[in-house]
Amino acid sequence: MTAAELAAKYGLSVSGARPGLGEYVRQLWGRRHFIVAFSQAKLTAQYSQAKLGQLWQVVTPLLNAVVYFLIFGLILEADRGFSREVYVPFLVTGVFVFTFTQNSVMAGVRAISGNLGLVRALHFPRASLPVSFSLQQLQQLLFSMVVLFVVAIAFGSYPSLSWVLIVPVLVLQFFFNTGLAMIFARMGSKTPDLAQLMPFVLRTWMYASGVMFSLPVMLADHPGWIADVLQWNPAAIYMDLMRFALIDGYGNEYLPPHVWAVAGGWAALIAVGGFVYFWKAEERYGRG
Amino acid sequence: MAEARVPTVIADELHIVYRVNGAKTGKGSATAALSRMIKRGEERGVRKVHAVKGVSFAAYRGEAIGLIGSNGSGKSTLLRAIAGLLPAEKGKVYTDGQPSLLGVNAALMNDLTGERNVILGGLAMGMSREQIKARYQEIVDFSGINEKGDFITLPMRTYSSGMAARLRFSIAAAKDHDVLMIDEALATGDRKFQKRSEARIRELRKEAGTVFLVSHNNKSIRDTCDRVLWLERGELRMDGPTDEVLKEYEKFTGK
Repeated sequence: MTAAELAAKYGLSVSGARPGLGEYVRQLWGRRHFIVAFSQAKLTAQYSQAKLGQLWQVVTPLLNAVVYFLIFGLILEADRGFSREVYVPFLVTGVFVFTFTQNSVMAGVRAISGNLGLVRALHFPRASLPVSFSLQQLQQLLFSMVVLFVVAIAFGSYPSLSWVLIVPVLVLQFFFNTGLAMIFARMGSKTPDLAQLMPFVLRTWMYASGVMFSLPVMLADHPGWIADVLQWNPAAIYMDLMRFALIDGYGNEYLPPHVWAVAGGWAALIAVGGFVYFWKAEERYGRG
Repeated sequence: MAEARVPTVIADELHIVYRVNGAKTGKGSATAALSRMIKRGEERGVRKVHAVKGVSFAAYRGEAIGLIGSNGSGKSTLLRAIAGLLPAEKGKVYTDGQPSLLGVNAALMNDLTGERNVILGGLAMGMSREQIKARYQEIVDFSGINEKGDFITLPMRTYSSGMAARLRFSIAAAKDHDVLMIDEALATGDRKFQKRSEARIRELRKEAGTVFLVSHNNKSIRDTCDRVLWLERGELRMDGPTDEVLKEYEKFTGK
């Protein structure tokens, strides 16, 4: 009797084989407590050696916003087309929302390649790692949102019904980020060099998405399609929706048409595509 | 006995190859690396390590199998392949259920309290929150961390290396397994803790279907295993009853 026949006779299965997509989703759902606990643990561990401890969760984004305001608001005067009451919350929202995507991508690149010890020691659906890291970034953003609310109120945008829209925006952006993190997790597991390259790509993306300035205003003397294309990119879409929800003076006129459909489309496309792409290499993660 | 032999793990002509980036012998300069990246073809910048070469065996329910061999002979690699953690280059491993490696070190975080690490480690091994809650006190008591004060609520980085090792073993040993693999886990902690962990391993053996033990300590292999696989340079050199294989092995190592 050959080994394969013997295995078949006693119902043994191939070790480390990739499960079907449905089964994989089920396994991932079974690990939800681990995913949440792991993301919270990473978040807490981050500042546990600092004297101010968890206060840094709020102070770090605040300092970030101050630096960007000094450079772009006061020195470069990039606030063309806006009053100060709109520009400051506009800038801070942009920085926080983009940082959310940026950090998810960077965490995704290292999700597998930076956790080989874990991947080689324990058995769990590997998608748990990029999902967990995106969840960590979402929790980080929620801390930043506290700062953002304070800034918005300080500049005259008071809480209103439109603030409820923040929730769907965050949900859509989280799905988009998680999909992106899974794509980069697979690429980063094969080519760890991406961790060196990605900061430059992401910075380019940031400047092209209008984090510190309004794209239509800045690109007014260029052909119209450039601003259109840049405005349709997912980072710009989620930033604009968040500003629309939060800031009183940032109305419909700043949003591209069909903005909600585009936001939903990007989220669905990248989340589903990224998940399938990641799953396709499931059995190969952790190879030397 | 012969009719009741149910296989739990079957390895069929198993080959494992590691690929190591940037460990190519010779020129390590940036230009050399760049030219290697450009000349793609058969992955030129990558060095291959053939760690396991065509190993075949079948393990049966109720067996305790020792893995011996000199350093770098492929023992740990073979265990990881059985657990499905390292993909096979050629050949296959068939298993009954999900074999698990005893060890959670990689999931634990030094900056978190022992308490949170117990929960995190348990979840990482696939236990449910209820199971962890039920076992929590047992894990803490077994580790003996709280014998010298309330250490479990302090971050793990404040523990002595012995204390940390004890907590890690206690978390890892808290789960029951079908096929259990232990990689030299017995040598942690002080004498008292070693005795306790040996007893726990025997308990796990009774509950588990099959146990694999990697160790350089021939005595602990003799105490726990009834069959031994001897690996040398990635090849299976001998497979048989403990006494026979160990006799040959001791002759080989000149002891």
